[in-house]
Amino acid sequence: MSYFLRRLAVFPLVMLGVSVFVFIAIRLVPGDAITAMLGTEGGMLTPAQREALTAYFGLDQNWAVQYLRWLGGLFRGDLGISVTYGQPVLQIILDRFPLTLQLALMSMVIALLIGLPAGVYAATRADRPSDLLVRVFAMIGQSMPNFVVALLAIYILSVGFGVLPTMGRYVPFREDPLGNLAQMILPAIALGTAFAAAVTRISRAAMLDILSEDYVRTARSQGFSQRYVIWRHALPNALIPVLTLSGVEFGYLLGGAVIVEQIFALPGLGRVVLDAILQRDYALVQGVVLFIAFNFMLVNLLVDLAYAALDPRIRYGDRP
Amino acid sequence: MTLLSVRDLRVGFGRPGHETEVVKGVDLDLAAGETLAIVGESGSGKSVTAMSINRLVDYSGGRILGGSILLDGTTDLATASEARMQSLRGGEIGMIFQEPMTSLNPVLRIGTQIGEIFAKRRGLSGRAVRQAAIRALERVRIPDAARRLDQAPHQMSGGMLQRIMIAMAFAGEPRLLIADEPTTALDVTIQAQILALLAEMKRETGMGLIFITHDIGLVAGIADRVVVMQGGRAVESGPADEVFDRPAHDYTRHLLSAVPHFRGGRSARVDAVRGKGAAAMLRVEDLGVRFSVGGGFLRQAKGYVHAVEGVSFDLVPGETLGIVGESGSGKSTTARAILDLVRPTAGRVEGAEGRAVQMVFQNPNASLNPRMDVRALLSEPVIAAGRRVDAAALDRMRMLLDKVDLPQDALARYPHEFSGGQRQRICIARALMPNPRVLVLDEAVSALDVSVQAKVLDLLIDLQRDFGLAYLFVSHDMAVVERIAHRIAVIYAGRIVEIGAARSVLSDPRHPYTRKLIAAVPSIERRHVDFALDTDEVPSTLRPGGWQAPPQSWQDHGPDHRVAVEPAA
Repeated sequence: MSYFLRRLAVFPLVMLGVSVFVFIAIRLVPGDAITAMLGTEGGMLTPAQREALTAYFGLDQNWAVQYLRWLGGLFRGDLGISVTYGQPVLQIILDRFPLTLQLALMSMVIALLIGLPAGVYAATRADRPSDLLVRVFAMIGQSMPNFVVALLAIYILSVGFGVLPTMGRYVPFREDPLGNLAQMILPAIALGTAFAAAVTRISRAAMLDILSEDYVRTARSQGFSQRYVIWRHALPNALIPVLTLSGVEFGYLLGGAVIVEQIFALPGLGRVVLDAILQRDYALVQGVVLFIAFNFMLVNLLVDLAYAALDPRIRYGDRP
Repeated sequence: MTLLSVRDLRVGFGRPGHETEVVKGVDLDLAAGETLAIVGESGSGKSVTAMSINRLVDYSGGRILGGSILLDGTTDLATASEARMQSLRGGEIGMIFQEPMTSLNPVLRIGTQIGEIFAKRRGLSGRAVRQAAIRALERVRIPDAARRLDQAPHQMSGGMLQRIMIAMAFAGEPRLLIADEPTTALDVTIQAQILALLAEMKRETGMGLIFITHDIGLVAGIADRVVVMQGGRAVESGPADEVFDRPAHDYTRHLLSAVPHFRGGRSARVDAVRGKGAAAMLRVEDLGVRFSVGGGFLRQAKGYVHAVEGVSFDLVPGETLGIVGESGSGKSTTARAILDLVRPTAGRVEGAEGRAVQMVFQNPNASLNPRMDVRALLSEPVIAAGRRVDAAALDRMRMLLDKVDLPQDALARYPHEFSGGQRQRICIARALMPNPRVLVLDEAVSALDVSVQAKVLDLLIDLQRDFGLAYLFVSHDMAVVERIAHRIAVIYAGRIVEIGAARSVLSDPRHPYTRKLIAAVPSIERRHVDFALDTDEVPSTLRPGGWQAPPQSWQDHGPDHRVAVEPAA
């Protein structure tokens, strides 16, 4: 537990670093928020009006003052006001995040449900035709961009078989769970395919190594069946690299999926980030990036804790 | 009555129809209550033969090509179905392996691994499994068995893990136990424990035991019958006394002569150079190495491992000092500290400046970069010294290859093109490139087959005479040390406890630990002596911060033989 707290203590430092980077990076992009917000109408503003708007959003101050103000707001849970949406940044994030989280979770579940058994199956039939087939599919799955998978999935499942709705207004889970799941399954497949392929490849490789380990031979010398040896003795050891991969991929998905959200018209974090950058919506970009960084660190920490649960050799400084 | 009868067993590896035969027609017979030793060097097919009996060979790409393996004269294991084999494995046929450290599942607790066997074999569940597991561990003398069940393998020593492996093999009450080099990875005193334990379990259960080993001296004390294998064939088999006292086959005679037999100092070298006026060229004084444990950034260490503590000795040209001790005793750390490969935390080393001391490691396969040819490998010490690989360097390479009995065309070849013994010769040549005065040989012949080992030892003695080299020879193997060392230092829990002329130390050991170490060495001469089962472990060298080692006081026994006086307990 003390390890957990020590790791949490590092969070603010990393967040501070990330906040400086993103604050500067977004300001280095040419163009300003007011022009981006008003588009061509911006030309009709009188200089006085423009100044008033700039002052309203606090953009008339120098960078240091802007940064310190923003930082001060962070401590009060105030991420600032979005220029584009005219809403508090925190509100926008909290509105969009459940969808992104749900999408990431569904993708991961799909990836593990398909990838793990496929990888284990291929490893136990190494170099036979069935293994080759799994490997070819895994290569295809990993090399195909997710929008291609998305379009194929729409074509096959919605247009071809008509089992799933194609488009339509987004329905939150708590309003209509079944409708929501039906709507989310296609984007989850689009994002989960490459993920599943990666899980397949890494679990196959890990399993292959482990099947030639001495302790697997010991289990066999005890007369345990192939299935028991694989699921009970080999798999727990193979899960460690799978966990590493899943942690990174999942953390990445929590940052939103721009293209897939766009294709399926889903209001997730990815589209917010894209809009915010295009609109030079400083407060929104900063807030979302900070939020993503926090999630990524949290996922990493959870992965490290899961290592310790999986492997008794890993203990974080709690032993003499 | 015959428990196991193997006839004309042939086993191959590779694609069906294109197998390479590694076991080429072997016959074996084993009665209940009997011990059969299968002896051979690597590649002799002894392990494959053993793994064919319980058909684990199926899982490593091997296939039985012909012959029969009859259990109780009825069941032919060579053709039995996998389902039938699964019911026999762990039940009728138990097996223990060479590497206890890697043979248990690292992510499962001991209790889980031993418990699942009781659940499977006896249909036990819940508390009954735990009780059975505790009894099984107590039977192999695991202290504090209940607590051990909740531990993971990495928390235990190799000797303890091998006892647990034995407990697991006996959980299914096998009538046949196959032990594949069960003590090779263990220290001699632990080896003696395991042998005594196996003998005791065999007496209690009346099972048949197949003991596979490369060490013909080791089986002398335990085998009723011996089969000697070479190149996939059984070249000699018969009652143990017959094979040892009247070997019929040349290869058996060769093995018996190649194996370094421990002879209590009588085989010690007589060409001692000490005391003939030569000054010490390497002097180690009060050497200490500590590692902090549990400390970290801004945190106080919880304690220190005193891996080496107050070690002093010197070496004169042409002399070999053997450093013997068990794993964890600090003998390798001492060697590494002399080369500054680990930083000493106390003491002084004189004479190791520049490139005067070079090292040869245990595993020649891992010590040679597989992507470099021999010329590149031998060039490395020259480059490391900041010099050019010129004609003189090439001349030296050729001279050294000649000295270590490798052909001149070896320069353009890669490590995988050589045998294990040849690779170690390359390592020796590489170590000699910078013209050192001292070679540190850390278990340098331990990974080699016995006949290769004997040749490398002879080579080392020749090189020593030719170049006037001093050797620091670190080894766990008393018989090997007896052959090459002029002087011996016995190291125990980080400190030297006895040091002196090899003949004197080995024939008249004074320190209780030296005596125990020597008593544990298996030998053909003493094969009818029974050993008591002793489950002591080497004490931990983990100490609290600020701990000071109590000073050692020494007692002399003869002109060159000193013993540390143990404080009365």
